[in-house]
Amino acid sequence: MLGAQGRAVHQCDRGWAPVFLDREQSISLMSVGFLLEKPDEAVVWRGPKKNALIKQFVSDVAWGELDFLVVDTPPGTSDEHMATVEALRPYQPLGALVVTTPQAVSVGDVRRELTFCRKTGLRVMGVVENMSGFTCPHCAECTSVFSRGGGEELARLAGVPFLGSVPLDPVLTRSLEEGHDFIQEFPGSPAFTALSSIAQKILDATPMCLP
Amino acid sequence: MEEVPHDCPGADSAQAGRGASCQGCPNQRLCASGAGATPDPAIEEIKEKMKTVKHKILVLSGKGGVGKSTFSAHLAHGLAEDENTQVHQSGSGWSPVYMEDNLGVMSVGFLLSSPDDAVIWRGPKKNGMIKQFLRDVDWGEVDYLIVDTPPGTSDEHLSVVQYLAAAHIDGAVIITTPQEVSLQDVRKEINFCRKVKLPIIGVVENMSGFICPKCKKESQIFPPTTGGAELMCKDLEVPLLGRVPLDPVIGKNCDKGQSFLIDAPDSPATLAYRSIIQKIQEFCSLHQSEEENLISS
Repeated sequence: MLGAQGRAVHQCDRGWAPVFLDREQSISLMSVGFLLEKPDEAVVWRGPKKNALIKQFVSDVAWGELDFLVVDTPPGTSDEHMATVEALRPYQPLGALVVTTPQAVSVGDVRRELTFCRKTGLRVMGVVENMSGFTCPHCAECTSVFSRGGGEELARLAGVPFLGSVPLDPVLTRSLEEGHDFIQEFPGSPAFTALSSIAQKILDATPMCLP
Repeated sequence: MEEVPHDCPGADSAQAGRGASCQGCPNQRLCASGAGATPDPAIEEIKEKMKTVKHKILVLSGKGGVGKSTFSAHLAHGLAEDENTQVHQSGSGWSPVYMEDNLGVMSVGFLLSSPDDAVIWRGPKKNGMIKQFLRDVDWGEVDYLIVDTPPGTSDEHLSVVQYLAAAHIDGAVIITTPQEVSLQDVRKEINFCRKVKLPIIGVVENMSGFICPKCKKESQIFPPTTGGAELMCKDLEVPLLGRVPLDPVIGKNCDKGQSFLIDAPDSPATLAYRSIIQKIQEFCSLHQSEEENLISS
């Protein structure tokens, strides 16, 4: 989705070099996908091997000077989540952003994720509601495709900030597919405003000087 | 079933765990001890237990959030509409919880005391639970066992395939959305199925278009920028079972725990589901007759 298909990881003297997405080197990326010989190869690994790679991604990648390290995770509360929390614990992670869709079935699962955060001592920075309605490009009618209200309800249940709702936006999904820089190229699209607002709230909540 | 090195001598060979290519393999110690040569006794026990279960279907996806659980639930509902069908959607538990006389469910959720309880388990514990779901649950006479899975190709998938190895899985239904980011992961899932010799019943393209309830015009919320599931299925020679459009009524019914197929019988999504379910039934019957022919010939 970040346009880094087919890139490879190289060794440098400080460890694995992350893949830079832009010439200014403002965003770098590491993914198990870069380690595969073929893009259609499945990563058929049990827990211990996944845990070991996650540890390596934290300790053996030459990230250099970073303002933010964002870790995407699969759904659930299993090996990957435990391994990530353990690997990042010495570095005092800022916290977790918890994403839900508006549906009750999603809230039903994501509230368990909040329990995971509490049990592992991971601060919840806030809840984001994704896929929050679709505005028909033909008639401007807004439809709640995946129900409504889940994000705010979850934030209320957990006593954490509700950071915002991101609507379904075909411009966003298309530009992710086609490797465009959505933020640069489509500032007028519905999802842009929501994403920018959420990013700003995170920046505002981040201490200027990290310990 | 663990990821093996390219020159793996085989878990039951004399060189198991001792060969040069065994270095660094996560199975090395197990193989060197000779344990790799001994199959888990649970596999035979599960084979016996599964004799009363006519058809076993796995619902897979490479990617999360594409609608596996929604599809699994509605496949179960759809199959159960035939009063003669005994359907159980697998999850976990010892005695199925019956939603209707012929539709039972099991889920690890039933073992939790609070809606906030999290199942914070590593692989081995999950594998143990899956073994128990298959071996220790009183399934009884069942026509279809539908196994919903998390996205990916990890412990859960390997365990289900491993434990059902002797009991014969009819096949896997793979769910995707039209987007390339989803198809990319589905190609990996298809490769996984081929690697573990799991038959593929076909692919379902979910969230395939949206009809505005007001103006009735169609939009592609998840555009098929690389040809969608249709092109991928053609390239990889797997059947496309059908396309299910987005319908806000689906989500509402899921939230109420109801069958969308009953609540919105004329929705294009319901028609798509029914056609897909019929193809799955035909696949299962065809393979059942093939097996019977093999036994009798």
